[in-house]
Amino acid sequence: MPDTLTKFIFGRLTWESLPLHEPIVVATFVAVALGGIALLGVITYFKLWTYLWREWFTSVDHKKIGIMYMVLGLVMLLRGFSDAIMMRLQQAIAFNGSEGYLNSHHYDQIFTAHGVIMIFFVAMPFVTGLMNFVVPLQIGARDVSFPFLNNFSFWMTVGGAILVMASLFVGEFARTGWLAYPPLSGIGYSPDVGVDYYIWALQVAGVGTTLSGINLICTIVKMRAPGMTMMRMPIFTWTSLCTNVLIVASFPVLTAVLSMLALDRYVGTNFFTNDFGGNPMMYVNLIWIWGHPEVYILILPLFGVFSEVTSTFSGKRLFGYTSMVYATIVITILSYLVWLHHFFTMGSGASVNSFFGITTMIISIPTGAKIFNWLFTMYRGRIRFELPMMWTVAFMLTFTVGGMTGVLLAVPPADFVLHNSLFLIAHFHNVIIGGVLFGLFAGIAYWWPKAFGFKLDPFWGKVSFWCWVVGFWFAFMPLYILGLMGVTRRMRVFDDPSLQIWFVIAAFGAVLIACGIAAFLVQIFVSIRRREALADPTGDPWDGRTLEWSTSSPPPAYNFAFTPVIRDNDAWWDMKQAGYVRPLAGFRPIHMPSNTGTGIILAAFSVALGFGLIWYIWWLAALSFVCLIATAIGHTFNYHRDFHIPAAEVTRTEQARTTLLAAQG
Amino acid sequence: MTATTAGTGPVFHLEEEHAHAEGGSTMLGFWLYLMSDCLIFAMLFAAYGVLGGNYAAGPAPKDLFDLDLVAVNTAMLLFSSITYGFAMLTMDKGRVAATQAWLAVTGLFGLAFLSIELYEFAHMIHEGATPQRSAFLSSFFTLVGTHGLHVTFGTVWLVTLMVQVARFGLIEANRRRLMCLSMFWHFLDVVWIGVFTFVYLMGMLR
Repeated sequence: MPDTLTKFIFGRLTWESLPLHEPIVVATFVAVALGGIALLGVITYFKLWTYLWREWFTSVDHKKIGIMYMVLGLVMLLRGFSDAIMMRLQQAIAFNGSEGYLNSHHYDQIFTAHGVIMIFFVAMPFVTGLMNFVVPLQIGARDVSFPFLNNFSFWMTVGGAILVMASLFVGEFARTGWLAYPPLSGIGYSPDVGVDYYIWALQVAGVGTTLSGINLICTIVKMRAPGMTMMRMPIFTWTSLCTNVLIVASFPVLTAVLSMLALDRYVGTNFFTNDFGGNPMMYVNLIWIWGHPEVYILILPLFGVFSEVTSTFSGKRLFGYTSMVYATIVITILSYLVWLHHFFTMGSGASVNSFFGITTMIISIPTGAKIFNWLFTMYRGRIRFELPMMWTVAFMLTFTVGGMTGVLLAVPPADFVLHNSLFLIAHFHNVIIGGVLFGLFAGIAYWWPKAFGFKLDPFWGKVSFWCWVVGFWFAFMPLYILGLMGVTRRMRVFDDPSLQIWFVIAAFGAVLIACGIAAFLVQIFVSIRRREALADPTGDPWDGRTLEWSTSSPPPAYNFAFTPVIRDNDAWWDMKQAGYVRPLAGFRPIHMPSNTGTGIILAAFSVALGFGLIWYIWWLAALSFVCLIATAIGHTFNYHRDFHIPAAEVTRTEQARTTLLAAQG
Repeated sequence: MTATTAGTGPVFHLEEEHAHAEGGSTMLGFWLYLMSDCLIFAMLFAAYGVLGGNYAAGPAPKDLFDLDLVAVNTAMLLFSSITYGFAMLTMDKGRVAATQAWLAVTGLFGLAFLSIELYEFAHMIHEGATPQRSAFLSSFFTLVGTHGLHVTFGTVWLVTLMVQVARFGLIEANRRRLMCLSMFWHFLDVVWIGVFTFVYLMGMLR
């Protein structure tokens, strides 16, 4: 084939793009390929494709979409953690002249991929999944405002994840750090496909995130059951509302700044170059205007989880509901006024740095108020130390330490010493693992019985809990010490042998965390095996307080046979106290949205578009773009997007539950 | 609200199906989308604000901008907003043909706007003022071009809606869609006022 034709068809994709010279990557590829083939084989063998397509992939049911988000988060957690433990091992052995086992080309991709995956494809899907599943149930709604958009958003997130995963085996990922600062991420210093994978993975996923943010805001504002005023919303719904406001108000910034970086790389513009008037520090400012709200996007819903868990397992109304709401709102607003603390060393001068230092410290006030609210909720409560509550207590201890080191970093002169050191790494892992991840595990243990109708096995949950908590402290306390000694982040080899012991301790902690993850997987496996013994037919296994516990577990497709009327912010608790009797007759047909495969098709074209742009395969990019637009327009010609669940079917479903409840006595 | 339970106890649920009006969240959702889009423009304006004076020894606004042409262009877009308004008024009266006619006029004004913009871009590039020439030109082309892309997208959307109105009439769903496009179209007008003032008029004063 003539060279120009090959170039036309494959762009810059060649056989050399496959990392066959990296044995670690090849081994991973073989393992993933075998695992993937096995999985596909199992699905085909058990003839599950039609079931998966009809019941899950094309589903617009917020509960199923929520669960699919959680699965995505879990799969990507395994990938992100593999990167983490590889880094810990490399840093533990690369002393005394040893180069370790990772070359710099590979190592730089690993730390970039670790950050990108953990934030965008682990924490975000987990958080979005939790909100998707819980919020409509908590507000007494049948689904979200825009069910099709919800499905589309999910698949766009998957599309981004697919592009990141593809970079492991086809080409390479960025070697720039997770925020891809120019000029390093410019075409001059990163001429390969790595940064392009980064850009298009985040753009594709970003569309999904923004749309899902809009969707959930509308849902919370418009779809609440009668009687649920704003100040009667469950606190998790409140924190979700604030999070989604943050998403809608910050992800467009990321979209814009990555578009400008893409233009610099593809068209040769000069936004962030060092020549022709470009300004690299503008990129750093803009991306942190997105990036700081992003950390609150991650943590706020988990503050909501901790609030629900604390009040449920203390058997008390949440202490200081109103102050909790206002604290959340204040954090939402303040999160836009602190971005510059990520680069005090830019040199904006004493006044600017002082402003951002002070606003940063002020954020600790509403956050501290929340901690005290949780403590006062527990005070004189009948605390049940079930798994979700254990995670919550571990969070309070761990997160507070992380918060305090954050206040240390907020002091500009101290930051000049600690900037980009391992102290910073320890700080943000302290708040993200101690806050977001612990919260996710609390939330998963708490709402799992609602999603599947049986509890998670407590023994393996406790194994996972102790491995995670102890592992976290072993893995990150040494990093504080190393940071104070001046060790910077992203180092591959070290000269000073006295540092090695700390890295060995950190690696030990990472191994403990690996045990924690393994125990979590075992917990899920064992729980599914023992689902009969762990079953909860009541739908209310924890003596819950909010509406989601009033319906069956798992909830029927329509969530509630009758739209509930709310009289109190602990709606279900109020119903139980006031002698609520479950209605047994008089069911009506229920209006529901229909499933559609358009979301997954649109996302597939988006992935193809991204892939074409990454590899300069222009025909593929153009073709998939045209298909994308055509499919979207075609979809608007479908005016029949809903159906009614007949009253007879509702009666049947409710009757089955009545029988189940009666069997409980 | 018809809500009762057995006996005289407190009310816990509605007896009748509680219908959230079809598309009841659409307007709010579309507003939120517009605000997120507005943020993208805000970023591009910010970039222009930072980089707009960095000519890198290349051409400056005074060397490039033809205010008369831009004034004509602005008029095209403003007229298109007025005609879209007329389309909405006739839609309210349920007059399909008149609505379609005003939509068509709106689309033609949109196309005129795009043609003039493309002519302006071609002229600048021909003179060597390419997006690669300086940070000022990079941010200029990106800001104005992004607005132009939005107008292009709006025009495609407009044609789609005209087809749908022709086929299905002014049904509820189509009215809602026309309403969304109306907001989109006027939003682009507002953004253009910002571009005209901030980029062109103030550019001539630099």
